[in-house]
Amino acid sequence: MKAAVIVFPGSNRERDIGRALHQATGREPAYVWHADHDLPAGTDLAVLPGGFSYGDYLRCGAIAGRANVMDAVRAHAARGGFVLGVCNGFQILVESGLLPGVLMRNADLRFVCKMQHLRVERGDTVFTNAYTPGQTIEVCIAHGEGNYIADPDTLARLEGDGRVAFRYCDANGTVGGKANPNGSLNDIAGIYSDKFNVLGMMPHPENLIDPLAGGTDGRALFESLAVRAAA
Amino acid sequence: MIRNDIPITPELVAEHGLKPDEYQRILALIGREPTFTELGIFSAMWNEHCSYKSSRLHLKTLPTKAPWVIQGPGENAGVIDIGDGLACVFKMESHNHPSFIEPYQGATTGVGGILRDVFTMGARPVACLNALRFGDPSHPRTRHLVSGVVAGIGGYGNSFGVPTVGGQVGFHTRYDGNILVNAMAVGIARADEIFYAKATGVGNPIVYLGSKTGRDGIHGATMASAEFDDKSEEKRPTVQVGDPFAEKLLLEACLELMKTGSVIAIQDMGAAGLTCSAVEMGAKGDLGIELDLDKVPCREAGMSAYEMMLSESQERMLMVLDPAKEAQAEAIFRKWGLDFAVIGKTTDTLRFVVKHHGEVMADLPIKELGDEAPLYDRPHIANTHQPVLSAAAVPAAMANGKALVQLVGCPDLSSKRWIWEQYDHIIGGNTIQTPGGDAAIVRVENGPKGLAMTSDVTPRYCEADPVEGGKQAVAEAWRNITAVGGLPLAITDNLNFGNPERPEAMGQFVGCIRGIGEACRALDFPVVSGNVSLYNETNGRGILPTPTIGGVGVMDDVSVHATVAFKTDGEAVLLVGETKGWLGQSMYLKEISGREDGAPPPVDLAVERRNGDLVRALIRSGRTRTVHDCSDGGLGVALAEMAMAGGVGATVDALPAGIPAHAALFGEDQARYVLAVPAAEVEAVLAAAKAAGVPVQRIGTTGGDALTLPGEAPISIATLRDAHESWLPGYMQGPDAIVSA
Repeated sequence: MKAAVIVFPGSNRERDIGRALHQATGREPAYVWHADHDLPAGTDLAVLPGGFSYGDYLRCGAIAGRANVMDAVRAHAARGGFVLGVCNGFQILVESGLLPGVLMRNADLRFVCKMQHLRVERGDTVFTNAYTPGQTIEVCIAHGEGNYIADPDTLARLEGDGRVAFRYCDANGTVGGKANPNGSLNDIAGIYSDKFNVLGMMPHPENLIDPLAGGTDGRALFESLAVRAAA
Repeated sequence: MIRNDIPITPELVAEHGLKPDEYQRILALIGREPTFTELGIFSAMWNEHCSYKSSRLHLKTLPTKAPWVIQGPGENAGVIDIGDGLACVFKMESHNHPSFIEPYQGATTGVGGILRDVFTMGARPVACLNALRFGDPSHPRTRHLVSGVVAGIGGYGNSFGVPTVGGQVGFHTRYDGNILVNAMAVGIARADEIFYAKATGVGNPIVYLGSKTGRDGIHGATMASAEFDDKSEEKRPTVQVGDPFAEKLLLEACLELMKTGSVIAIQDMGAAGLTCSAVEMGAKGDLGIELDLDKVPCREAGMSAYEMMLSESQERMLMVLDPAKEAQAEAIFRKWGLDFAVIGKTTDTLRFVVKHHGEVMADLPIKELGDEAPLYDRPHIANTHQPVLSAAAVPAAMANGKALVQLVGCPDLSSKRWIWEQYDHIIGGNTIQTPGGDAAIVRVENGPKGLAMTSDVTPRYCEADPVEGGKQAVAEAWRNITAVGGLPLAITDNLNFGNPERPEAMGQFVGCIRGIGEACRALDFPVVSGNVSLYNETNGRGILPTPTIGGVGVMDDVSVHATVAFKTDGEAVLLVGETKGWLGQSMYLKEISGREDGAPPPVDLAVERRNGDLVRALIRSGRTRTVHDCSDGGLGVALAEMAMAGGVGATVDALPAGIPAHAALFGEDQARYVLAVPAAEVEAVLAAAKAAGVPVQRIGTTGGDALTLPGEAPISIATLRDAHESWLPGYMQGPDAIVSA
């Protein structure tokens, strides 16, 4: 699989996700500068990493969503290419129009970094086929603006089409309540595009690939992509 | 614009924080009246913060050398060799006064400044730690200050992209008017690719990099060198504003530039900005420096030479570049969208010459600006020692179980989760031990090597006995690194004290330095960097003496480490070290008995080393994976923390004999550790202890969901956790909570 990690000024988890991709695919991803106009030829997966693109002094992801390179990412997605946006990457996907909704400040107005359980809603997408549907995994979150909001029609469409990828839950897999760390509607932690080739999520699977550093529950996401894209 | 040739009156001199005799020294040095810009330059170079004029004499006594020390104090940060061609670069620095005036920005710029110190030397920052001291929780400003400082530390580190992995937070009424914000940064570099501030070569370009210069922070370092009073609020404009985004760009651009081999010398613009950085680069290289301020990128028009030389705008660097590679260097900075300007050159005149609009605004001897700064041997008096409190003099005020629940929920010992969950502590994917352990562990790149890091000090011990308190701060840092299995290598010290012109405060400083030096020598734990913050007083009332110690150790294989959590039922609980039931200056005395008196526990450095070496060997040989040191709150609090961390309880059936139970449980005798050891390993561990001459007592067994103390009803882990976790979030939800942004 050929992956390209987009680097914006202020991205800060590009090396983390590069490491996860390397572990799953055996090869280093390409790193593409925000001012470039093209993805490397043959790119299967475009990755928008975590960070504070352009400082996020405007709305999170608002400037990055309009960067040169995003035209190439939109074209890639329109061709059916895979796109993964994590944390700031999710915010950028929303700002660029590739995913619906918006990410507001966390309900308690504070940045939060902690381990967090998620329920994997389905196991039949290119991103999750190495998980089992309904599986509870433990990854970490680290964000100040992860509160997913969408209008009622959009929310109904996302739910009706099965486009919710992950929901916040507790260790027993019970969704919602105190397990929701940021106030997201329907406890949404990640969503797919209508063709299921674009995934945006707030949690960081790329930081959960190592038994010594928190656990390995994030690995399956990258393994799913590696297997599918290689096929 | 203020003219450069205004008459220098005594009032003007005083406003610059210079004493009359210091001004006479200036006149004697340059043989004429200084210009206004020159007066500003002297005030920047000769204030306490930059010149260490009250502390230099005593700092010289600290041990700074070891075979593994690559760079000791005097550079932007200390550098130690951690093997395999790698070096660890680290330093801690205070940002106390700005954080009290404007907590969010004060804290952010504190973090930004220390990160810059580390990457200036060519290291990529891999971890941040901090040490925070706030006033009494009941003080009307405390909640606001906690909220703002924590948000500021997180706001900068999270965006910059470095994990904040450890720290300590304490409350005491003596910090009501003067909080402490000490930030530590740790980076990794190739041992043969360290960059220094020393300029070389005549006629080489001086390059200004990073953000533009504005009017912020003028006289920041002078403010940091004065006492506070009720009018300190008016100093808000001297606090700078942090921009972590600019700093992240500066980091990437600097590291990229360093790889090209074009950097001859580099110095960040921290306290006293352009003045301090330019003078230091020239003076270290025995060269003159000539600056043309018309070339300095400015945020606003009409800035005077005086303002530019004293601005403390953040995220700026000064470099001496190889002229042959100037174009390549400029291209890198343009790519990152940063300012790049050649603003001067090195000369062979040994003069510091500043020009603006074609006129010479300052022309001073560059070496003397630093070397001839005043040096004071301030009068100091040793503190009267407090008497030793016998355990019998401190009656148990309540049942021990009840006292334990109260202690784990008191402000100082309660969980600081509310704070560290606002810090990204996992970015990088190398955080092996997250906040909540004895020391943080961060793997170096892909491992197996790692760093163990901690920040420690017990201010109430330092107040009661500066020498023992100084020793204890170093010993506890050494112990915390040991308790995770690390080999302690070196420290950075952040010395926060009151007004050095008061002999009592100076006596505290001198005593603590003596204790720190003794401990560093005995434990082979040299000082490689540090910072002195004096004048931490408001309206004549000083803080508790607080020499924060930031310790760094190395682990050859991070997979071999210990954590504080009880892991499984049926393991033997062992207490390593001798327990005399020392209640003087203990948390028990403060929180349960409502007293703060007595001598603090003495530190026997030979015993400290002997006990620690045994524990480290037991971890490294795999005989135990569960270790916690005994510190604040003694054995009882250590046991409770181990049970809470693992969700596994313990039954204690034997306490150290011959002393009252409350003294055995809550005494703060030093050099002690609690271990949990599998049944099959107990004999081997006891034999190893006997061979090493270390007293070890089996005091109980792990298991169940409660902690049971001798003769007491079991205390469920849920009860402990509720007390431990609820205080800080509850406090912060108080009616006056203000979220700074």
